Amino acid sequence: MTGTDETSCEPVIKLDNLVKFFGRFAALRGISQSFVAGQLYVVVGDNGAGKSTLLRVVAGLTQPSQGSVTLLGACNIRNVAHSVGYMGHAPLLYDELSGMENLRYFAGLYGIADDSVCRAAMRQVGLDPELQRRVGQYSQGMRQRLSLARAVLHDPKLILLDEPFSNVDAHSAREMATVLGQVRDRGKTILVVTHQTALMEPVADEFVQMSEGKIVSRSRQRPSPQSSTLSSELERI
Amino acid sequence: MLVSSISVTRSTLLKDIRLEWRSKDAINSMLFFALLVVVIFSFAFDPNAEESRRIAGGLIWVAFLFAAVVALNQTWARELRNQVLDAYRVSPAPPNALFLAKAVGNFLFVTILELLMAPLFVVFYQLRSEGPLWQLVVVALLGTWALVVNGTFFAALSIRTRNREIMLPLILFPISIPALLAMVDTTTIVLTGDGTPDFWLKMLLVYDVVFTLVCLLLFESVLNAE
Repeated sequence: MTGTDETSCEPVIKLDNLVKFFGRFAALRGISQSFVAGQLYVVVGDNGAGKSTLLRVVAGLTQPSQGSVTLLGACNIRNVAHSVGYMGHAPLLYDELSGMENLRYFAGLYGIADDSVCRAAMRQVGLDPELQRRVGQYSQGMRQRLSLARAVLHDPKLILLDEPFSNVDAHSAREMATVLGQVRDRGKTILVVTHQTALMEPVADEFVQMSEGKIVSRSRQRPSPQSSTLSSELERI
Repeated sequence: MLVSSISVTRSTLLKDIRLEWRSKDAINSMLFFALLVVVIFSFAFDPNAEESRRIAGGLIWVAFLFAAVVALNQTWARELRNQVLDAYRVSPAPPNALFLAKAVGNFLFVTILELLMAPLFVVFYQLRSEGPLWQLVVVALLGTWALVVNGTFFAALSIRTRNREIMLPLILFPISIPALLAMVDTTTIVLTGDGTPDFWLKMLLVYDVVFTLVCLLLFESVLNAE
């Protein structure tokens, strides 16, 4: 299950005593961990465990209150921004533009002017590049897929995905998980925050369990449902 | 992978024009607002041609300032829907390119509004220029840039506040007073033909240069503020 092309033991993400406060609430409490290249990590945990905050800090969208993040050997995340792909909880797309218009604009932010790159990214997630419909008229599942296409269109080395399968039907979600496995096999490092652990089990290299702002365990095995709270199980169902 | 500021500015500007063309959020609300101001003021004052020339500078620029605030609030509102601004922030694109594109976009929208509203001002207030007309064009260009460059910056500053529609005029109006003074006085001088507006035009030019540089220097911090 491990990728081959760009796999190495050098950490792609190195977190050193990462702390994040929102007012007096500590969302992250002293996380020191490393994540190596060519692996697909699935970050799980209850609501409020700090999963999305961790992803935002790693993406450089939120500044840590203490500690540091080193991405691909760089302390300044902006220096490696072209190697990072981020898919947020919201779709991060313009509703008034079509799928291709959205991708063309975001590709331009990475210095990509080639239309075929956008077309390939759309096809990769199972969307038709010729679709003229505006994103505001897309179904939730289509938006999620387009959002994934936006996150990976510049071929990043590190991909951060926050709940990529929310509102996606079971069949499409399985397809997306397979796509993620293929991307990982090309040597990319992927961090996926999701409650749908069963979906990721066939392709995941490691499950990272978070609780109350800390990483409490890392395992090759999917965390048992008993370890999850009722609320997360209900959300998963 | 080097990302060119010019190409990002260009593509962001084109994207904003396309979004505005499809939604017409800013233009429609600006036009409606400015139209109301012109009509209401014309009923309220009912001045003769001579009086009109003396007060028109103030009326015109107050109408454009209030109308511009509507467009300036829209500028960032569409970036907050679906949190699209995060997609820009994680990209290697230069923050200043985003600011410049937004400022130039707002400049275009407000200029279009001015072009559409100018004939109405002429008709409703029986305006006729006594001084050289090119000076009115210069003050319109410099004055509009003064409004939108600060407005774009302060609209970005207030996007994360709860009452951003109220916050923007509260911050923008006081800081625009020197520019507004220059715009009103220059317009009045040109319309009445009394004196020369050179001092005010130079002051407006300096104001534009200083505030454009300050906004460009500080925009990255504003964009990444939490």
